[in-house]
Amino acid sequence: MTAAQVVFYGACLVMLGSALYVVLGRNLVHCAFALVATLVGVAAFYVFLGADFLAGAQVLIYVGGILTLLLFGVMLTNRIYDLKISTGAVQVFPGAVAAGLVFAVLVWIIRSVDWNAMDTGAPGPTSEPLGKLLIGDYLLPFEIASVLLLIALMGAAMLVRRRTRP
Amino acid sequence: MITRFRQVEMRLMGPLTAIPIVLATVVLVTIAALPFVSAVLSEWIRDAVPAGLQHAVAVTLGTVGFVAVLALNPIYAIWLERKVAAHVQDRLGPMRVGWHGLLQSFADGVKLLFKEDLVPKDADRVLFRLAPMVAIAGAFAAFVVIPWGVRADGAVLAVSNLNIGVLYFIAITSIGALSVLMAGWGSNNKYALYGGMRAAAQMVSYEIPTAILVLVVVAQVGSLSLPEIVAAQAGGFLGISNWLVFQLFPLNLIAFVLFFICGLAETNRTPFDIPEAESELVAGFHTEYSGMRFAFFFLAEYGNMLLISMLAALLFLGGWVGPVGSNPLLLFAKAFGLVVVQMWLRWTLPRLRVDQLMAVCWKYVIPISFFLLVVVAVLKSIL
Repeated sequence: MTAAQVVFYGACLVMLGSALYVVLGRNLVHCAFALVATLVGVAAFYVFLGADFLAGAQVLIYVGGILTLLLFGVMLTNRIYDLKISTGAVQVFPGAVAAGLVFAVLVWIIRSVDWNAMDTGAPGPTSEPLGKLLIGDYLLPFEIASVLLLIALMGAAMLVRRRTRP
Repeated sequence: MITRFRQVEMRLMGPLTAIPIVLATVVLVTIAALPFVSAVLSEWIRDAVPAGLQHAVAVTLGTVGFVAVLALNPIYAIWLERKVAAHVQDRLGPMRVGWHGLLQSFADGVKLLFKEDLVPKDADRVLFRLAPMVAIAGAFAAFVVIPWGVRADGAVLAVSNLNIGVLYFIAITSIGALSVLMAGWGSNNKYALYGGMRAAAQMVSYEIPTAILVLVVVAQVGSLSLPEIVAAQAGGFLGISNWLVFQLFPLNLIAFVLFFICGLAETNRTPFDIPEAESELVAGFHTEYSGMRFAFFFLAEYGNMLLISMLAALLFLGGWVGPVGSNPLLLFAKAFGLVVVQMWLRWTLPRLRVDQLMAVCWKYVIPISFFLLVVVAVLKSIL
């Protein structure tokens, strides 16, 4: 087994283990921190696929931004001194059905795609072509997405604003 | 009149003082000779190491090198900080242990090693123990992409010369916010939790202008790779006039100052040290830590100070290029100069209030950095 394979399977193990803990763990804050390991594991997958920009963006946005906000949410919605935040395993049967369906779809996709289509040379830098595509061919979807995010941001600010007058 | 005790003390401290001075000289000479050292080492690796392991050995050697720098850095930086603080306040600072107190940090380090490792009874043990490790890992992982210079044959002196160096740097430093949250929550102490929350909120907020200001540089150079950003600043009058900070005057100067302010905020240094404001929060997120775990947070803080200064030097101050050509020592000198400025500011400025801190970020720094980005992008497409 080469060094790259060791790292790959190590990342797989960390990712699956932490993902399982996120689902099964009883301590909500621990689960949120375990999610960090899962998301960093996904970033490691991107690195293995040669998508360097995507890996950087994954860590920056999910670990640096979204997870920190998620932790804020978890920590602020409960009583500060209460460390025994727990989640129970409810709805086992519907959960199992939904998970099985998602698994079936994933297996179907994996089996229906020809994965050897990509050449196996060393991956080049991706940031420049990505930027050119975003500002060139995919300008309209890019702008629509950014306007949508802006609307969501303004909407959120409107909703949480304290009304001083009736 | 010198007492007998003082005589013994001086006789002991005299020779020992040589240790930090020799150590610092060795490190600085190694940094200055890094292109040469690296060339010799890589030749040795090519000859003596089997082909499959060459890359691993090279990366390990580089990592050991920068970890040594990062581990020694706080010893000198803390001494320097205490000296700067003392002289700002018209005192002398540490004077007794070694020449001008040079051995003080060594003594403190030994003290921290021997201190009892306390974990509060009601603490969340896992998170409490994990937090210092994550803090250190975040600070050290970012160092991987810092290029120290270039060799004569054009090879870049970095552990990993990533094409997306700047993005990686910004992404990996955001892990620091997580460690602070971990420490704050894990301590199960209200001061620690408040400190952790404040620190994380501050880091997340100031990450936005930092990223935009980095984009100001990236838009001008046209690359996310740190060596290419430095290469674009080489040449010019005395090797100085091409530094980015002097280009498009005063746009880049403003960008540099704002970047430095954001760096101060991200490393939780005064005037942005409300996460560990002694007068209101005891010591913030590391209230409950003692011994080596506490030392780890300090190691991470001083590592982050050096890191953000190095990034500022690389992005705006020409990195390793300067009046005497190109040498890794120039980068180190610029970075350490900026670290001294951080210390000087810490002991000169009062602390901001929480609302002022957020107002500075969201009402001033972010709009100005967006303005800079737009203007620079427009100018770049015209010129």
